[in-house]
Amino acid sequence: MSDQSLEEIAAYLLAEASRHGATEADVVVVEGDSLSVGVRLGEIEKVQRSTARHLGLRAFAGKSSAITSTADFSRDSLARLAEESVALARITASDEYSGLPDPADVAVEIRDLDLYDPAIRELTAEMATDWCKEAEAAAMDADPRITNSDGGEFAGGTHRVVYAASNGFTGGYRSSSCSLSAVPVATQNGSMERDFWYSARRRLTDLDSPASIGARAAARALRRLGARQVGTAKVPVVFDPDMAASLVGHVAGAVSGHALYRGMSFLQGKLGQRLMPEFVSIVDEGDRPGGLGSKPFDGEGLATRRTPVIAGGVLVNYLFDTYSARKLSSRSTGNAARSVADSPGVSPTNLYLQAGTTSPEEIIGAVSSGLFVTELMGFGVNPVTGDYSRGATGHWIEGGEIAYPVSEITIAGNLLEMFLNIEAVGSDLEMRRSVSAPTILIGSMTVAGS
Amino acid sequence: MPNATDGSLEPRRFFLDRFAIDDSALEETIAQAIARKADFADLYFEFRSSESFSLEEGIVKKANKNISQGAGVRVVAGDKFGCAHTDDVTGASLRVAGETARAIAEAGGSSSGVSVRVTSPQHDLYTLNHPPLDVALSEKIDLLSRIDIAARRHDPRITNVMAGLGIEHKIVLIVNSTGVVVGDVQPLLRLSVTCIAEENGVRQQGTSGGGGRVEFSFLTENDRCLDWVRTAADQALRNLSAVDAPAGNMTVVLGPGWPGVLLHEAVGHGLEGDFNRKQTSAFSGRLGQQVASELCTVVDDGTMPNRRGSLNCDDEGTPTARTVLIEKGILRGYLQDKMNARLMGMPPTGNGRRESFGHAPMPRMTNTFMLAGESVPQDIIRSVPKGLYAANFGGGQVDITSGKFVFSATEAYLIEDGQITRPVKGATLIGNGPDSLTKISMVGNDLALDEGIGTCGKDGQSVPVGVGLPTIKIDGMTVGGTRA
Repeated sequence: MSDQSLEEIAAYLLAEASRHGATEADVVVVEGDSLSVGVRLGEIEKVQRSTARHLGLRAFAGKSSAITSTADFSRDSLARLAEESVALARITASDEYSGLPDPADVAVEIRDLDLYDPAIRELTAEMATDWCKEAEAAAMDADPRITNSDGGEFAGGTHRVVYAASNGFTGGYRSSSCSLSAVPVATQNGSMERDFWYSARRRLTDLDSPASIGARAAARALRRLGARQVGTAKVPVVFDPDMAASLVGHVAGAVSGHALYRGMSFLQGKLGQRLMPEFVSIVDEGDRPGGLGSKPFDGEGLATRRTPVIAGGVLVNYLFDTYSARKLSSRSTGNAARSVADSPGVSPTNLYLQAGTTSPEEIIGAVSSGLFVTELMGFGVNPVTGDYSRGATGHWIEGGEIAYPVSEITIAGNLLEMFLNIEAVGSDLEMRRSVSAPTILIGSMTVAGS
Repeated sequence: MPNATDGSLEPRRFFLDRFAIDDSALEETIAQAIARKADFADLYFEFRSSESFSLEEGIVKKANKNISQGAGVRVVAGDKFGCAHTDDVTGASLRVAGETARAIAEAGGSSSGVSVRVTSPQHDLYTLNHPPLDVALSEKIDLLSRIDIAARRHDPRITNVMAGLGIEHKIVLIVNSTGVVVGDVQPLLRLSVTCIAEENGVRQQGTSGGGGRVEFSFLTENDRCLDWVRTAADQALRNLSAVDAPAGNMTVVLGPGWPGVLLHEAVGHGLEGDFNRKQTSAFSGRLGQQVASELCTVVDDGTMPNRRGSLNCDDEGTPTARTVLIEKGILRGYLQDKMNARLMGMPPTGNGRRESFGHAPMPRMTNTFMLAGESVPQDIIRSVPKGLYAANFGGGQVDITSGKFVFSATEAYLIEDGQITRPVKGATLIGNGPDSLTKISMVGNDLALDEGIGTCGKDGQSVPVGVGLPTIKIDGMTVGGTRA
């Protein structure tokens, strides 16, 4: 059935599932193509192109369900898929909360959220190579101490998603994404430091200029040279925007309805409570035009929307798909995330900590002695307790000034205490990723070093 | 699915039948790919059939089956490569992929034909009489239910159990521009158990699991899966009473087995050929130099029967091997794929791996471990007046260029006056690759490999790996607790 539209394939599978006895079913079909190009030391290093498509069918037998998925779109394969999916559904346990969303809840209109740039499909490897060369050259030329490079890289892709369900929903949308990065290596006294910078967008013309990406990457690598350990102490810690975004990511994991019903969230039972100072707010915004995390409807066909998560420091909403909402007597927030091979989970869309009014310079300027974190390493976050311990790289702050680079240290605390202890929020929010934040200051954390 | 569990002819026949192509399509594609000024080209076919089942809240809620398939064409010229991947495999789509991939190479090479010849992989590490995919669904569901019951019976404070079973049957075929055709059938089985314990409003988790390229019965032999249940449940229970972890530089003792993730992060990645060819690794140019204490010998061995990290041949068709990385503290070798080996004038080591046909191969680890030493583990603990004993870890990460690496303990204890005392909360440990191993002052006689659940991520590609370690003592490492 390779020559049929994705919608026709989805409709065929729903009909086949029903014929084999499925009481409900849904289908997600994705297809996409991508190009990635890498340049190193001024020469092209790699060109990769791929085309891919995959579909997944979820079949219900009453209140039990199963998923089958395949990259084989032949008629035989799809017919077998429907039969297998129903047979597999019959062997899983009945779960009273399972099932498709109510037909009244699904999106009635598929909004155009400006997620697709057709220029990405037409892009040639030569054009992308030029940008990579320019970004890398800007990094290499920035300073004689930039001695080596892990290259400049461009990646771009376009995707089409179609979702159809036996509750009557059928919808599809196109999206695209592109990114450009540079990874220079700086050397001083025989020791090397590598850093990177990148820009990621839906549209090619929205990417930062290659020269600015390269220059920023070089500055980041250079400022790490001569890093040393510091002594173990409790001090204020400033998180740069990308590192602050990682803390917002931990909030996302903990407000997911699936983490909550499993008892695996440190934010269980905290709804309505003050978790942060009143000048902190966090919002999930699924319908933001051009957003890297935007989509017109979620993995179950519900319209995406704007959901405040932290408002004035208070936890006001968790994020749900249909299943976790039913289990916790709530309503879906349109945050169902569906891959072809698995049943829906919960994922944030564009989740960000809203900008404050203080500049990052003022935030650092107010710290008499503390740490400015620019990179975090490892997985030392316990989602059940909020206990936090990660490797860090950054700069020591002395008298409100950046004094010297530091590395081979850890920062530790507990997320609940860290959040209450946020003392400043910067004005420098940029929506560089689907989860974003401005600079923030946490009053006290344990820094471990020598 | 045709039975394709042994020999190399079957994978070739399997793919030719599945995609309705013949040997001449292989020969034409590879000849066309190598037609420009290129060093070599390869074609990689993959068919992956997988199943997963998961249990939570006492019931098996999920059953998934997936089939993915496709082909990748790669052309290598000097230090450049072009790659094209497609999951719609036909003679025509292979031609388009070949043209796309060869655009990386300059025009004007000689275009002699390639005739293919089938060879068998050198190893036969995981031929299974009964691949786990063929086991009845009811047996898989029953196993998960037994695990749930065992965990809850273990202690009433266990309030939730999540168990997941992942089964994969992967068939690959590699055709390269010297005409070599080699196929492999790679089964993979993985069971994971997470327990949540709750007492007086405090909640904690513990995880365990295991597997390998093994039959389904491996999970129940010697009550292995029940051992994992106990490990996960006890970890969750012990963490209920854990005190804050210490912060600062101290003596650290690592237990045997999974704590071998230290080697994976501290030295393994830094010894991969690509970083060393590009001189971006903290270990670049240090062959022959001392990088660890003389008690340390570290190997990467892809030839261990039935292990998760093992392969009969790597994803470029090179037989896997046992490669000595560090011998008595001296850096002896790098992990190589074909391209980086050629550029560095070294032999390939069978470490060229790719996550799937949709990814390009690069040097990766297989099973990486330290050989046993002579110390008795109890003597190692007894020698520490004050320090940390780390028995289990979650994941780790490394900055190849600066050498800084972390790994996070999920089960750790204080050592006080030579005795293991109180459990402490999880903490991240941080060190510097080229000098952490020089601080190893005792190596135990109790080498253990992990249970078979490890997955390594590099450049967005995940591959199954193994690690191993005897009990070791590190004389100084930074522990990232909260108790300053």
